[in-house]
Amino acid sequence: MTATTAKNLIDQPYKYGFVTDVESDTIPKGLNEDVIRMISAKKNEPEFMLDFRLKAYRQWQKMNEPNWFHASYSPIDYQDISYYSAPKNNDSEKKQSLDEVDPALLETFEKLGLPLSEQKRLSNVAVDAVFDSVSIATTFKEKLAKEGVIFCSISEALQEYPEIVKKYLGSVVPVGDNFFAALNSAVFTDGSFVYVPKGVTCPMELSTYFRINSGETGQFERTLIVAEDSSHVSYLEGCTAPMYDTNQLHAAVVELVALDDAEIKYSTTQNWFAGDENGKGGIYNFVTKRGKCQGKNSKISWTQVETGSAITLKYPSCVLVGDNSVGEFYSIALTNNMQQADTGTKMVHIGKNTRSKIISKGISAGNSTNSYRGLVKMGPKAHGARNYSQCDSMLIGDNAEANTFPYIQVDNDTTKVEHEASTSKIGEDQLFYFAQRGISEEDAVSMMVSGFCQEVFNQLPMEFASEADKLLSLKLENSVG
Amino acid sequence: MIRENSNVILSVRNLTAEVEGTPILNGVNLEVKAGEIHAIMGRNGSGKSTLSKVLAGHPDYKVTEGEIIFQGENILEMEPDERSLKGMFLAFQYPLEIPGVSTLDFLRVAYNSQRKQQGLEEMDAFDFEDLVEEKLELVKMDPSFLERSLNEGFSGGEKKRNEILQMALLEPALGILDETDSGLDIDALKIVANGVNQLAKPDNATVMITHYQRILNYVEPDYVHVMRDGRIVTSGGKELAQELEERGYEWIEEEAVSEVSAQ
Ligand SMILES: Nc1ncnc2c1ncn2[C@@H]1O[C@H](COP(=O)(O)OP(=O)(O)OP(=O)(O)O)[C@@H](O)[C@H]1O
Ligand SMILES: [Mg+2]
Repeated sequence: MTATTAKNLIDQPYKYGFVTDVESDTIPKGLNEDVIRMISAKKNEPEFMLDFRLKAYRQWQKMNEPNWFHASYSPIDYQDISYYSAPKNNDSEKKQSLDEVDPALLETFEKLGLPLSEQKRLSNVAVDAVFDSVSIATTFKEKLAKEGVIFCSISEALQEYPEIVKKYLGSVVPVGDNFFAALNSAVFTDGSFVYVPKGVTCPMELSTYFRINSGETGQFERTLIVAEDSSHVSYLEGCTAPMYDTNQLHAAVVELVALDDAEIKYSTTQNWFAGDENGKGGIYNFVTKRGKCQGKNSKISWTQVETGSAITLKYPSCVLVGDNSVGEFYSIALTNNMQQADTGTKMVHIGKNTRSKIISKGISAGNSTNSYRGLVKMGPKAHGARNYSQCDSMLIGDNAEANTFPYIQVDNDTTKVEHEASTSKIGEDQLFYFAQRGISEEDAVSMMVSGFCQEVFNQLPMEFASEADKLLSLKLENSVG
Repeated sequence: MIRENSNVILSVRNLTAEVEGTPILNGVNLEVKAGEIHAIMGRNGSGKSTLSKVLAGHPDYKVTEGEIIFQGENILEMEPDERSLKGMFLAFQYPLEIPGVSTLDFLRVAYNSQRKQQGLEEMDAFDFEDLVEEKLELVKMDPSFLERSLNEGFSGGEKKRNEILQMALLEPALGILDETDSGLDIDALKIVANGVNQLAKPDNATVMITHYQRILNYVEPDYVHVMRDGRIVTSGGKELAQELEERGYEWIEEEAVSEVSAQ
């Protein structure tokens, strides 16, 4: 700390900003029905999939880009994006063995701290690695298959298990749900698919790692997780991208379906490139994530640690259809420099005695804007339903902005909705207190931030909690003064 | 205790400081030697807390003139954490509440930062808890405070005791206590005073900022200074505090005025 009140905000350089030099098969920029047919043909998809895409595309054409959120960006030219890019040497047919995967790609994931090879990979986490538009490898497939758990890329699922995909795809997020979801439904190229059969508890964490490499491709991945009666699964998603001074669009759709007594835990640590300190470059992260607690006593829990992206618009939601079903949302959203995040959740209570819990922790540093936006909706038949929401904001320095927009809609008077909010600050006086006890600024910030986030960290799988903690500290290095 | 040949711990010479262009300290002179206890008194707004914060290096204040020699070194360019690690401790007039950081973690990180500075290994969590429990005795604090967030929801008196607990742990060369006695009930005052007395050693020094004679009955100062308009205008022995208690500050101000006009 110097005598000046606020030091310039210099972020730790983004260490995942490298580009992998691979030859790719990238289709020309632009979007029309022929492009969609071409994507579907390249992937050798069943007929229903092409229909699904075209239906979505036709709806999308009639839709307007949303503008209700608390963020601003220059208009996206959807004809200036390439909708398909795949590393060559990696056919849409899934590789059977890692030996056949381009070593440059394996090296990329190793550099990202995610080795895929037999010897080095994480022992208790199965990983699906997605590079630009396609999945390049999935580990532990055989081991999972023994338990009947299917974990593969969605392209592969369309070849191998078309019936399951057909039954559930679009059942939670309909093709015309919103502008970005419709776009995704029309053009998505890959993503992960998980199916956990009745009564099975998935023996390990499942994880997908999304890597955007190409500078001009949009990433539109699609994830579908189906948990049959009384099954349990925990899934983790991680993301990084190189540093380009242009913006890349990431518009994913994630659908979760939990049947009777099933439980899905979905965790995300998102560290897309956020742009530089002047706000140049970075990922636009416009994602639709929704889970449907279809069965009674089912449970869906979202945990997210959002640290990257230039702009984030993201509202992982739960539709609580089954009686006694439970939805949870635990979120840490950190913004620094010029980042803008508008994130939160929707809890839609439909069934009786459904319960939901929202714990949101927003940390804003630099000149960033961090908004929580949440909707709790109690439907007319949701007798005895309850919600508890807690939204805490932490401001670091004097130039950051935090907003909370809680919307509540109650159509049944036997329900109960509770909302609490707080704002705290890491300012000069807090840092001075720590410094006066000999504690460095870095340690002080990381202690205060970890403390602030503890409730959410506790929800993350063990292996990732400390990782997430480190990530936050890294992101905030030198961000205060 | 005053001794002729003890080391000078703190020497402040002609210190002036301002906040956003407004001068607040206007030439403070103060010398504190090992083994001594000093009391600083003065009206509200006379600059006592500012002096303590400037000594500790608070970034709000800009030193415009003078020097601060601490343990033989000019510390004006040092960051607050370096000053702390060099042995300066400030017990705050209004200790902040830090939600989410447990008192125990805070104490441990502070203690280990100091060990690191001294080239020692970090103390592990178990040994540290033993050490803290011992120090808790000194201020008669219940161990249950350790699990709570730092100062969060602590009563005024509990916060002040927590400051002394931290001082006991860090064993500074110079402890500056900014109105640690304010807001304490009689029992707590005795406990805190007793703690301060036990921590006072021949090789360290204490500066107590206070408004009341009361604590000085328990912690006997070697010197009493009176601040006014950002300056120390009068110094004396402990009887000065007694006199202030009886006569207030006005007579000093009159003397100061006549002094100025005599010059
Ligand atoms: N950061 C600041 N910004 C503006 N003014 C300040 C600041 N810090 C101190 N001052 C002013 O400087 C003067 C001295 O304040 P200081 O807190 O040092 O007084 P004090 O002697 O400790 O008073 P008290 O006995 O009430 O604690 C006051 O007029 C105060 O308003
Ligand atoms: Mg004061």
